[in-house]
Amino acid sequence: MTDLLRIMTAGSVDDGKSTLIGRMLYDAGALHDDHIASLYKGARGGERPDFALLTDGLRAEREQGITIDVAYRYFATPRRRFIIADAPGHEQYTRNMATAASNADLAVLLIDARQGVLTQSRRHAFICALLGVPRLLVAVNKMDLVGFREERFREIEDEYRTFAVRLGLKNLCFIPVCAVDGDNLVHKSERMPWYGGPCLLPYLEDVYVAGDRNLVDFRLPVQRVVRPDASFRGYSGTLASGVVRVGDEVIALPSGFRSSIRSIHLGSTALPQAVAGQAVTVCLDDELDIARGDLLVHPGNVPREFKELDLMTVWTGDEHLVAGTVLLIKLGCQWIKARCESIRYRIDPDTLRQERVESLGMNDIARIRLVLYRPVFADPYSRNRQLGALLLVSASGNDTVGAATIVERTDYDAELKTDRAVPERREVVWHHGQVTLADRTELLRQKPLTIWFTGLSGAGKSTLAFALERRLIDMGMACYVLDGDNVRHGLNRDLGFSPKDRAENIRRIAEVSRLMNDAGLILITAFISPFQEDREMARGIIGNERFLEVYLETSLEVCEGRDPKGMYKKARSGELPSFTGISSPYEQPERPDLKLDTASLSIDDCVIMLQKSVRERCMGWET
Amino acid sequence: MRSGLTISVLDQLEAEAIHILREVASEFERPVMMYSIGKDSSVMLHLCQKAFWPGRIPFPLLHVDTRYKFPEMVAFRDARAAELGFELRVYHSRDGDDDSVNPWDLGTVRCCASLKTSGLLDALQEGGYDAVIGGARREEERSRAKERIFSFRDANGQWEPRRQRPEFWNLYNSRVNSGESMRVFPLSNWTELDVWRYIERESIPVVPLYFAAKRMVVERNGQLIPAGEGTPLLPGETPVPRLCRYRTLGCYPCTGAIASSATTLADIITELEQTRLSERTTRLIDHDQDGSMERKKREGYF
Repeated sequence: MTDLLRIMTAGSVDDGKSTLIGRMLYDAGALHDDHIASLYKGARGGERPDFALLTDGLRAEREQGITIDVAYRYFATPRRRFIIADAPGHEQYTRNMATAASNADLAVLLIDARQGVLTQSRRHAFICALLGVPRLLVAVNKMDLVGFREERFREIEDEYRTFAVRLGLKNLCFIPVCAVDGDNLVHKSERMPWYGGPCLLPYLEDVYVAGDRNLVDFRLPVQRVVRPDASFRGYSGTLASGVVRVGDEVIALPSGFRSSIRSIHLGSTALPQAVAGQAVTVCLDDELDIARGDLLVHPGNVPREFKELDLMTVWTGDEHLVAGTVLLIKLGCQWIKARCESIRYRIDPDTLRQERVESLGMNDIARIRLVLYRPVFADPYSRNRQLGALLLVSASGNDTVGAATIVERTDYDAELKTDRAVPERREVVWHHGQVTLADRTELLRQKPLTIWFTGLSGAGKSTLAFALERRLIDMGMACYVLDGDNVRHGLNRDLGFSPKDRAENIRRIAEVSRLMNDAGLILITAFISPFQEDREMARGIIGNERFLEVYLETSLEVCEGRDPKGMYKKARSGELPSFTGISSPYEQPERPDLKLDTASLSIDDCVIMLQKSVRERCMGWET
Repeated sequence: MRSGLTISVLDQLEAEAIHILREVASEFERPVMMYSIGKDSSVMLHLCQKAFWPGRIPFPLLHVDTRYKFPEMVAFRDARAAELGFELRVYHSRDGDDDSVNPWDLGTVRCCASLKTSGLLDALQEGGYDAVIGGARREEERSRAKERIFSFRDANGQWEPRRQRPEFWNLYNSRVNSGESMRVFPLSNWTELDVWRYIERESIPVVPLYFAAKRMVVERNGQLIPAGEGTPLLPGETPVPRLCRYRTLGCYPCTGAIASSATTLADIITELEQTRLSERTTRLIDHDQDGSMERKKREGYF
């Protein structure tokens, strides 16, 4: 079986784009006789076929002699199947071009050799870059009208290549053609012997695109829950990316619940695995509460959660976008309300200059920020063309008002905000390395945080700390637990339980937490830390914005009833002189960030509540 | 093939169609699928079974019966419905009872407008459907080449080609207001050959009229017109038995057969790989006037 290549074409009205496609299909023998006959019939002139008629479809267009919407053409050669999305070229049809570009593996752009690189040609390259079309083929057409001169071709190639490279477009190919006569389309032109490169069709047949698919990040947006009867519960959807196999562990988002793939089905056929692009139904080992719009992913490769989205958008609406506009967005299989927080800038696609504007109109291209009414899990578009793309829809009129892609960004504001006073210590100067916090935040995709558990012995600090650590790691977050007992085995083995030693214990823990936070990690500490003063010291060392105080308010009676290490018993018998709660006081936090009573809440409930707080503090790292 | 990570063209088309069918079933309140009994409908029915397995197809299938369908088609339709147990709704156009509404007296344009287009619009209005799944393929005809996969219709069921919603990635905008509807075309990117190759691969039953057999026809304007179904003969015409088959199926007065000896799916595929004529040349309705399909489509025809 041959494979499929999705091509988009774009060019200005008179570049001869429709002619190029028509002529190529004709020369490749891909046209039916009745189609060929209709090319003669409709031709203005008569005796010579008008190849443009093949793709110019609608009446209104034929009357005006121009293409006004994307037209799809299908053809095959023995080597490959092709779908051509033929897009109108001029500015007012930017949205149609974006429609064509969104699914294209390759773009064929036309430049009229007489005119050279026009602003419109630059706009086309820009839209291709914006929508991530992986490669461009530039056909320099009407070479007959410039005497088939190589210098003219090279001049255009140099100018356009320079511009395209600035956009980050890397896969570029330039071919000089004369579409109306078929030069260099299917057959090598004898009129341009200086050109040694491939002809158009052979290039399209050979170009390798299978590597474009993202087979790394398994993402299955749940489209439907299938539950025909009590014996079957499946989740249907199309893999946005990646590969999944029977037996794989998966996490459901946003809930964070884990299970394993029990079976994969395509219709009634069971499959051992599914890959990006396949529409399947999966069954899990456990019954989880999963709904349309949820996402199944692998543990250890979890997409980022966004409360705000930074986007590049092509605005396609009649109405204007301003800060404050409320929109609906469709991402994967879910609809979410969002508000436009700001229009960062509009880009002039001809000069690539950023402009400050108050509103966007039809066909504007801009960087915007949306605040979501509900957080979503998504990938940057540069990494995932499926789960990094979204539709903007008018909340009032239901029209599609834009296409948008999620931008990956490095934001140095984050670093400035979390910078705090360096402890004043004589000659010691804080040495700044070359790696900034922003770099680490970018790398780990999380903001550092210290979750500081406090509470009586037996309240469940260590149990919760390790359960939370497990959950966060599963969510793809880098974290580590500093546990009271464990630390006293090494780092703090010289310390006892006097108030002074307890204070030093806490200080060292806080310093270690701070270093680990500086390394970008999320820290979870599980220490009784009974004194308000010590906890405030820790807060001061670690920094208020990175300190999440969690008070386990489980009562002394319950803790003593549990007595997991037999400590209360020893304390009651007087064996332990300063045991918190019995022979040493515990000062309750005045304003903890979170209070949990492990007597009334299960470990899972606690972890869910903790996870929520952590997410709020660690995920909005871009701001 | 790298360890099964590559999926074939047919697999890609199948996945795209299943995705679309699932979106419709999930996002609309009253979807319906047009079932015209032809090969494309057979493929869509099969795709539905795959998309919703092991559940039932979650929407009804609707056939607008002009009463000019081949008897073999009606028999096939009823047999499939009985076998698979999907919900079949058959709509008879009001004008269908009026014998004067026929293509011979009215001409194909007005007959189609009355029996098909207005019949369809009546059926859709009566059913209050907000999404109508159709089997049209973009390859079939020039105006279809520009239609979206999710194609918006106003409250009168009309298509406005100039104001189509842009369609990005595989993110379909399903939102409509009350009274408005969406036409949805899961086979948009399929070609005639894809349809037959898929029918062969998946062993999908189709109406026997697609296979070559000796049939009584008259030759008229280079087309083989079925005789014996009530088609009035012109002076001098005598039906003759010819080995032929139907490449597309519609109403018998307006569907021409092609001379063919293709009696198996493999034969049909070989024949199509070598043909020099496109599919709809056997549909008389499309030749009526330049741009005829686009005009019909604006009015609501599929």
